[in-house]
Amino acid sequence: MALAVDVKRRRRTEALWGYAFLTPQLIGLIAFMVGPLVFAIVLSFSSWDGLGSRTFVGLQNFIGVWQNEQLRQSWLNTAWFTALQVPGLLITGFFFAFFIQKAGRLTPFYRIFFFAPQVTSTVAVGAIWLWLLNPEISPISALLKSLGVPNPPDWLQDPGTAIPAIVLVSIWQGLGYMIVMFVAGLQNISPTLMEAADIDGASEWQKLRKITVPLLSPTILFLSITSIIGSFQVFDYIYFFFDTTAPANAHTIVYDIVNIAFREFKFGFAAAIAVYLFLVLLALTGLQFLAQKRWVHYTE
Amino acid sequence: MTSSSSEIAARDLEAARRKNTSHGLGGGRFKPSWIPLHLLLVAGSLVMFVPFLWMLFSAMKPLDEIFAQPPKLLPKVWQPQNFVTAWQGADFARAYLNSVYIAGLVTVFTLITCSMAAYAFARIRFPGRKVIFGVFLATLMVPFQLTVIPLYVIMGQLRWIDTHLALIVPPSLFNAFGVFLLRQYVRGIPLELEEAASIDGAGRVRIFTTIILPLLRTPLVALGIFVFLGQWNSFFSPLIFLNSDRNFTIPLVVNQFKGAYSSDWTSLMAATTMAALPMLLIFIIAQRQIVQGIALSGSKT
Repeated sequence: MALAVDVKRRRRTEALWGYAFLTPQLIGLIAFMVGPLVFAIVLSFSSWDGLGSRTFVGLQNFIGVWQNEQLRQSWLNTAWFTALQVPGLLITGFFFAFFIQKAGRLTPFYRIFFFAPQVTSTVAVGAIWLWLLNPEISPISALLKSLGVPNPPDWLQDPGTAIPAIVLVSIWQGLGYMIVMFVAGLQNISPTLMEAADIDGASEWQKLRKITVPLLSPTILFLSITSIIGSFQVFDYIYFFFDTTAPANAHTIVYDIVNIAFREFKFGFAAAIAVYLFLVLLALTGLQFLAQKRWVHYTE
Repeated sequence: MTSSSSEIAARDLEAARRKNTSHGLGGGRFKPSWIPLHLLLVAGSLVMFVPFLWMLFSAMKPLDEIFAQPPKLLPKVWQPQNFVTAWQGADFARAYLNSVYIAGLVTVFTLITCSMAAYAFARIRFPGRKVIFGVFLATLMVPFQLTVIPLYVIMGQLRWIDTHLALIVPPSLFNAFGVFLLRQYVRGIPLELEEAASIDGAGRVRIFTTIILPLLRTPLVALGIFVFLGQWNSFFSPLIFLNSDRNFTIPLVVNQFKGAYSSDWTSLMAATTMAALPMLLIFIIAQRQIVQGIALSGSKT
């Protein structure tokens, strides 16, 4: 009897310690995540400028998002950005990782160059590329002219090149992370597998297709999920390049959310766009998890 | 994500050793197949590095030289005074200070709160543990843009708009990724160590500070680098929460500089150089630590 009370009391002290250690993050979870999340969903069904009274408007915001022409364009721009950027990042990242890990003692040396943009802020990267892409002073355009291209585009202003140019900048900056993650994955592949393949007379291409890519597939899945999420939220470059006056063809969804929320102060409408963004990200991630069974290979 | 040990340092070394015996530089015999490999990597490195050189040398050009056709990398006349113009054009000293202390405080607090929560989740039994941990994991999917509007309203209520508290407190008190990362490592610490200390009469706090924290050194350094870099380079939150110049961080100052000196390209490049250089120098010195930190942070999720 006394023993049972003792055990009970000890369990309660244990639980109290658990909550004590958890307290700071638990406060943060409630105050800065769960609370705001619930509030955001309430807001998405409301009309509110942040000051006056909040009115319930039902699905009006959610329908409004579909009727807004600029937003329709922005969704397409964002999807186009993702469609170019994510495969671009994964392919160039894998390509250079594959070769950089063959460089032996020089691997860390090359890594400095490829990783340097990763430690640089998006704003500084934006400033550098604002120069490199400005038609009046662009060395890239000058190079193209000297190669016989008569009229290089105004990269950031021409509707057709704005998104691809920003994709280029983002790949330049994000490549280092991809390389580091791929190199870590490649170094996990046991050399004995490759030696066995060599003995069987496999070509480099066969080894790549049948050994490297399957064994790397969990890394590829992880990088593809996180890149798609990041890519759908692209904002910094656009805002830095264009401030509040981005041409219609360069708007992305987060750029519109920020403008609508913090310039027009339509909190409810902006929240509804953000809810859509959340649903799109959930759906894309869910789809990738469903599709992984067909191509991702787990060794453990 | 699959690696269990994540000791990339050891792996790097081991891989290098392996390569040296077969087809690396230095140790082994020269092989003609190295030439295309290194040509490719040098070309790639140049593409990555030339924009930085362009930034640095453009920052030293007189304004009229930038319109020269075709553009040249090196200035004809060196004009380092652009840096003085840039330094005077915005309050860089204060911005450095703001950036350093915001990023520093967030890093320290994040490491403390995350390791505490990680310890609770990994080692202490309390009702609701699984559910709460599940909630933490689920929030990883929530885009910041969804919570930022309510967060702005909350910060307004607390009168924290245009103060650094709005940038320091929320990320310090909530970092689901950090909690998850550290929890994985706490789970890897042998339970016997704690039991032994417990028999010796050590309480939870003693065990946490004298056994758990020292053994979490590697992931704490990794998470610290990850958090500090993210905060130092952060643009979105400061842009939304700060209004007055004296509170600006480095990225905001560069953004402001671009608006105010839009045609003064050389000063903008000087400002950009000043913004980018400290972190680039730190990176070159602590290359291995930083790369490992980032890789380790990624590989555990």
